[in-house]
Amino acid sequence: MKAARRWLFRLLPLLMVVLFFAAWEGYVVFFKVSAFILPPPDRIVTAMVRLLQQRNVFMHVRVTLVETLGGFGAAIVTGVALGTVMAKSPWIERALRPFVVATQIIPKVALAPLFILWFGFGLESKIVIAAVLSFFPIFSNTFIGVRSVDRGLREVMTTMNAGAWPIFWLLEIRAAMPFILTGMEVGIVLAIIGAIVGEFMGGSVGLGNLAILTLQEMQVDKLFAVVLLLTLIGVVLYIGVSMLRRWLTAWHEAIGADERP
Amino acid sequence: MNSPALADIELSGVGKTFESEGREVVAIERIDLAVAPGEFVSILGPSGCGKTTALRMIAGLVEPSLGDVAIFGTPLWNRGRRNDAALARLGVVFQEPRLFPWFTIEDNVALPLRLRGQGEAARRRRAGELCELVGIGGFAKHRPNELSGGMRQRAAIARALAGDPRILLMDEPFGALDAITRDQMNLELQRIWRATGCTILLVTHSISEAVFLADRVVTLSLRPSRVHRVRRIDFQHPRDPDLPTDPAFQTIVRAIKHELAELGR
Repeated sequence: MKAARRWLFRLLPLLMVVLFFAAWEGYVVFFKVSAFILPPPDRIVTAMVRLLQQRNVFMHVRVTLVETLGGFGAAIVTGVALGTVMAKSPWIERALRPFVVATQIIPKVALAPLFILWFGFGLESKIVIAAVLSFFPIFSNTFIGVRSVDRGLREVMTTMNAGAWPIFWLLEIRAAMPFILTGMEVGIVLAIIGAIVGEFMGGSVGLGNLAILTLQEMQVDKLFAVVLLLTLIGVVLYIGVSMLRRWLTAWHEAIGADERP
Repeated sequence: MNSPALADIELSGVGKTFESEGREVVAIERIDLAVAPGEFVSILGPSGCGKTTALRMIAGLVEPSLGDVAIFGTPLWNRGRRNDAALARLGVVFQEPRLFPWFTIEDNVALPLRLRGQGEAARRRRAGELCELVGIGGFAKHRPNELSGGMRQRAAIARALAGDPRILLMDEPFGALDAITRDQMNLELQRIWRATGCTILLVTHSISEAVFLADRVVTLSLRPSRVHRVRRIDFQHPRDPDLPTDPAFQTIVRAIKHELAELGR
């Protein structure tokens, strides 16, 4: 009895997913919902298989990946650099604060058409949108991380006559790493959204573009298949960043919260 | 031995005033003190007498408001600018180990060498020797969180020694340890002091620890915070672990205890 409960507890998430799709299938069949409005799961699976058999689908995947990772990379570089500089210099922090607050508050997706105008219909505009969207969580977490570097450890560096670069490289960036990687976990998801929004706006390649096309062709089951593919890519990228976090900050996981610098 | 010209550390008329909510708070009224090369000096005083502040001024972490701090005869501060060269051969051990949790013990110990641009092989060798010296030889590859409090503090001492200091400043380094570990660490410190020949300035709360280790014990007074008395401790080095049971030792400890109780009032 106890063992059964334990197994049920373990399998509960999987069970719920199965139940969800069964309910979906049942709802569509029972209420005779048009497959055009909501295709049943089995038709989405068929569409998915057909989609993966199309030769050019991997080209679309690659384009979306390049845009996402390109924007994500740019956001890491600018976010970590600006976050560190602003955490260290109260003058620069005050000077740039209005702009940083603005980048947080402006609905960035609404700027996407503008980036298409500025950077064209190619990869560049999508990379910029992905970067703009994923910048803020990485920036703000870096800022908080560098700000909260333990004073005691800073004093250790001071008494050893450490220069600005060693203080950054041996202390600040490492102490801030758990924060930065947490920001990156949020950032990677936003980068994917940025790339897709960019592809919605214009251009002729990428999974976002494919989604628009399938909708125009009224192939709703294929649209679901594209969204499913995007979700899978998102999960893989998120797990990748998550693993990177656990690997790079193993020391952080190992120590108790009260001992963390 | 205490001629100022030969002193490793010299405080002349050093005072410190902090600003707190717009009011000036005097942390240290005036301290004059010279520590000779190779000497071991302990500082005792009631809570709030500014002994930690005094140590931090010598470590270059706090600038004095008055007077001068000189290390090896060179002024440490010059119009708000710290003379980093004067600190090059000075090691500091804090009350907490303050190890970098992302580094192994070995990398923590070798940090001063890394900052001086030494190669990895040389760093590793020296860190290994120092870990042996402080009695944590088998733990070089471990992370700080895997070590006990006493072992972490040993690592912190090894790190301070890695810069090959001539002066070691210690701010209540064993305050967080249990009594047994503390006694052990006192013996270790005595051994390290004799092995390295460096000058040690130890701030502590433990009268017994101060007397057991030091050539001289300085007591600071509270309000005004000044040097109250300097005692020479004449027991021969190396001191026996059983010295604290010696009546002569206990007489000194008792006298300082009464003195501190009087000063803390």
